[in-house]
Amino acid sequence: MIEVSKVRKSFGDQVVLRSISFSVEAGESVAIIGRSGTGKSVLIKHLVGLLSPDEGAVRVEGQDLVGMSERQMLSVRQKFGMLFQGAALFDSMNVHENIAFPLRRSGVTDGAEINRRVKSVLGLVELPGVGGKMPSELSGGMQKRVGLARAIVHRPQIILYDEPTTGLDPVVADSIDQLMMRVRDQYSVTSIVITHDMRCARRMGQRIIYLREGQVYLDAPAEEVFNSEDPQVSRFIRGEADLKEVDFS
Amino acid sequence: MSAAKGELSSFVIGMGRVALLACEVVRSLSSVRLNWAEFIKQMHFIGLKSQFVVLTTGASTGMVFCAQTFYQFHKVKMDTATLSVVGVAMTSELGPVLAGLMVAGRVGAAMTAEIGTMRVTEQIDALRTMATHPVDHLVVPRVLATVISMPLLTVLAWVVGIFAAMILASSLLGIESAFSLKHMYFYTDAEDVVMGVIKALVFGLLISLISCYRGLNCTNGAEGVGRATNEAVVQSCIAILVSNFFLTLFLRSLLYPG
Repeated sequence: MIEVSKVRKSFGDQVVLRSISFSVEAGESVAIIGRSGTGKSVLIKHLVGLLSPDEGAVRVEGQDLVGMSERQMLSVRQKFGMLFQGAALFDSMNVHENIAFPLRRSGVTDGAEINRRVKSVLGLVELPGVGGKMPSELSGGMQKRVGLARAIVHRPQIILYDEPTTGLDPVVADSIDQLMMRVRDQYSVTSIVITHDMRCARRMGQRIIYLREGQVYLDAPAEEVFNSEDPQVSRFIRGEADLKEVDFS
Repeated sequence: MSAAKGELSSFVIGMGRVALLACEVVRSLSSVRLNWAEFIKQMHFIGLKSQFVVLTTGASTGMVFCAQTFYQFHKVKMDTATLSVVGVAMTSELGPVLAGLMVAGRVGAAMTAEIGTMRVTEQIDALRTMATHPVDHLVVPRVLATVISMPLLTVLAWVVGIFAAMILASSLLGIESAFSLKHMYFYTDAEDVVMGVIKALVFGLLISLISCYRGLNCTNGAEGVGRATNEAVVQSCIAILVSNFFLTLFLRSLLYPG
């Protein structure tokens, strides 16, 4: 369904991604993990065409996004839903309008149908009755849940989650994890999660891709990764710093 | 010297990219349905809410210009020609330029700040992932609303400026109003009015395109939004003043061929 082939991306002199290749099948749930600054968010933005690689190809259902114009890419993007790290809710719209937005964009014009579906996803993310509130009136966790509702309301084939639990307290993070699992199981969507939260990766990822220094260091089933004896991988999973790599000066 | 060269080259490159944005706006207008809700919201913000600032500027400029002209003309006993100078200047030059500068400061800054904040908080990326082109959703309604509002605001500046000048002339400066009005009608041609309206349209286009471009290309968080807003206002004002000169020459030769 998604194929990333030899993608390289740099910003000025800084090379962020170095020849990254992997593929994700329809219905699969993949977690991409790695330390901060390894290019996880840059990679996920390539999958939906928000960034274009310097080299390589990104194919979604066989269509190569590289070289497509912004307008040509619009039809490909209808297959996607995306939850952003900061939720990225439109602050000029209330919650109801935010969630209705992708529905209207996908061609649903019947007001009653829009209201029904917005209400339904707000129920799914356990936020009934907040439709009239503005994003600034919501807590960070509530914004993430609204962002999730907005990402799934038009029933996309692929959902991308960019650090869905970052900055949330463990209880709220747990509720977001459970919501993502519910969405994955209920709608059978292809899910790609970028995270450095190991509990989130373990719960969401049937397969784990570990990025290190802009490259795929390990791409394996979740159990294999979590039981890995490779010191790089196991240290990252346990959240232990390699003191040789830490500069205290 | 090299800093000035760098500024100039980035200004020229920026203008080239603004021209590309204009092409994208035309493409959108010809192929995508207008976002009417956003357009009406922008008309309210740009057209309606800019009235006070344009009205105040128009009245103030009309009166000051009338007083200064009167003091010079009075020396050569041409008091009743005062309003004709005010009429010509307000319609073809001062009205559109001052309305443009006020709109650039008030509306252009707000446009860049809003779009720039959307950019740095990933709201524009969110729009794109929802199969929405930012130009269709954000730029086209703003450009249309500014291009439509600017001539209306300019006419408001004329009316208020000339009316304020008339009141000043007849009540405080003691100019014979019948003669001065007759002179004003005689010397202010329809071509001056047409020139003012065309300039207002062009200024509206420049302000909205520059402001949207700066917002869409904003980076570096809050500091970047501040810098982009500042650049948008400065570049809009420069674009208005520079284009005004060339428009005056071009429209003069077009509208007054003899």
